[in-house]
Amino acid sequence: MRRRIAPGAVVWLLVGAAYFLIPLVATFLFSLKKNETGTCCTLSNYGEILTDPQFRKTIRTSFVLALETIGVSLALLVPTVYWVNLKLRRLRPVIGFLALVPFVVPPIVLVVGLLDFYRGSPAWFYAEPYGFLAAAYVILAFPYIYFSLDAGFRAIDIHTLTEASQSLGAGWWTTITRVILPNIKTAVVAGALLTLAIVMGEYTIASLASFDTFPIYIQYVNQNKAYPAAAVTLLSFGITWAAMVAIALGGRRRAAAMAGGGH
Amino acid sequence: MAWLGAAPFFLFTLLFLLLPAGVVLVGAFRDAEGGWTLDNLTTLLDEPYRTAFRNSIEVSLVTALLGGLLGLLIAYSAIRAGTPRFLRSTFTTFSGVAANFAGIPLAFAFIATLGTIGVVTEFMTETLGWNPYDHGFSLFSKTGIEIVYLYFQIPLMLLVISPAIDGLRQEWRDAAANLGATPAQFWRHVGVPVLMPSLLGAMILLFGNSFAAYATAYGLTTGFVSLAPIWIGFLLSGDVLSDPHVGQALALGMLVVLAVMMLLYIPLQRRASRWAK
Repeated sequence: MRRRIAPGAVVWLLVGAAYFLIPLVATFLFSLKKNETGTCCTLSNYGEILTDPQFRKTIRTSFVLALETIGVSLALLVPTVYWVNLKLRRLRPVIGFLALVPFVVPPIVLVVGLLDFYRGSPAWFYAEPYGFLAAAYVILAFPYIYFSLDAGFRAIDIHTLTEASQSLGAGWWTTITRVILPNIKTAVVAGALLTLAIVMGEYTIASLASFDTFPIYIQYVNQNKAYPAAAVTLLSFGITWAAMVAIALGGRRRAAAMAGGGH
Repeated sequence: MAWLGAAPFFLFTLLFLLLPAGVVLVGAFRDAEGGWTLDNLTTLLDEPYRTAFRNSIEVSLVTALLGGLLGLLIAYSAIRAGTPRFLRSTFTTFSGVAANFAGIPLAFAFIATLGTIGVVTEFMTETLGWNPYDHGFSLFSKTGIEIVYLYFQIPLMLLVISPAIDGLRQEWRDAAANLGATPAQFWRHVGVPVLMPSLLGAMILLFGNSFAAYATAYGLTTGFVSLAPIWIGFLLSGDVLSDPHVGQALALGMLVVLAVMMLLYIPLQRRASRWAK
């Protein structure tokens, strides 16, 4: 039986769509206003942001930070989650518990502890975004990457894959990189993209630990130039958007592949 | 020797999560001379911190309840029979974006929308002849913060509650209908009791999400509205002169509230997963 969409559903879906879209459309219209007169329409606000050396510098810092966070997180977590699922099943609840700790210790609390604990540590760590800040971001990303990886590992038979790989003479390194990783690719990519979105937008720790990242630049523009601020806000939204849509597409392809494999 | 494989990860979390959290726990009980004291914690009961915690809890309650209710209604509307499938996947993807679109850019998007010269504010003034700022509304207030927080709370609710709604099986509805139950009776005796643990769990998650938020509130009001995280920010950045241990006491206060939330959340989650497919 094919049913028509319920009128109540239409109302609530419209409310949801309006709440989501109105601020974005308004920000877009705002970004087209001329700086001098506040009237429509110009693209110069986008030009002003894109040619600002500070924009290029901070977005580069944030992007490199994101890559570093993703690399360190995966290097720490892929072997650990693999190992815990294969040999150390007793530790599963321990990691599961640790993955909940960042929700009890949010960035605003974590930064208080980190600043105090590492005060006086060497400048190459404490004063460098790629030291102190990257370490903090690995912790922020940890629950997201862990839950993504854990779901990925549970969907495959790691015991059989490992035994097959080792009986063919592969060592641990080959097994992880050539056998396990290709099988959990979707989970790895989803975790990495989520981490990219988190790092590109993280303000709390960067600001309170005095680092100059992309979100700090956005806040600076917000306070000084209203119309270019709308342009940079949309750019930042575009980054989150691209990461999330890529995750959704990857997940769908995987679902389609699994459905196809089942028939 | 098998545990060695997991050692680097545990060492990392010890160094950058557990020990810093421990510093907050211990530091909150220390005085400037290094002795033990409860003064930092009793300071939290005085102004301005008492109001800050009250505001934080109030904003979190309002956005958890409203965001939870709206998120539930939208999620159910997107999933229920009759709604085209593409609408569901569209809403899920958009929610993934919106739930992660927080902080400074979100604050500015609302300033461009509902700020004093925002697009919607101007539209209301020019077309409807009704400027909300002449009638007591301000985006840079507790109400404003709640409106902005709902932008990520509603989609988070949608993402968290959708699997639970999926768990309401069509067979139960058919069985109830065959036994002569009206839709209202189905919801009262089957639907709501089955969903309740998931609903409460999701709303606790929303509460924590709002309670811990700093960047959005700061970007919107630059600290004009007194919230617990905002005061931690002031104390850390040296905008107000104070003993650093008061900042640690504030952080401990937040940690305790969030830990209580987590202790309520875990058993609810366990109960909710009983009905999961």
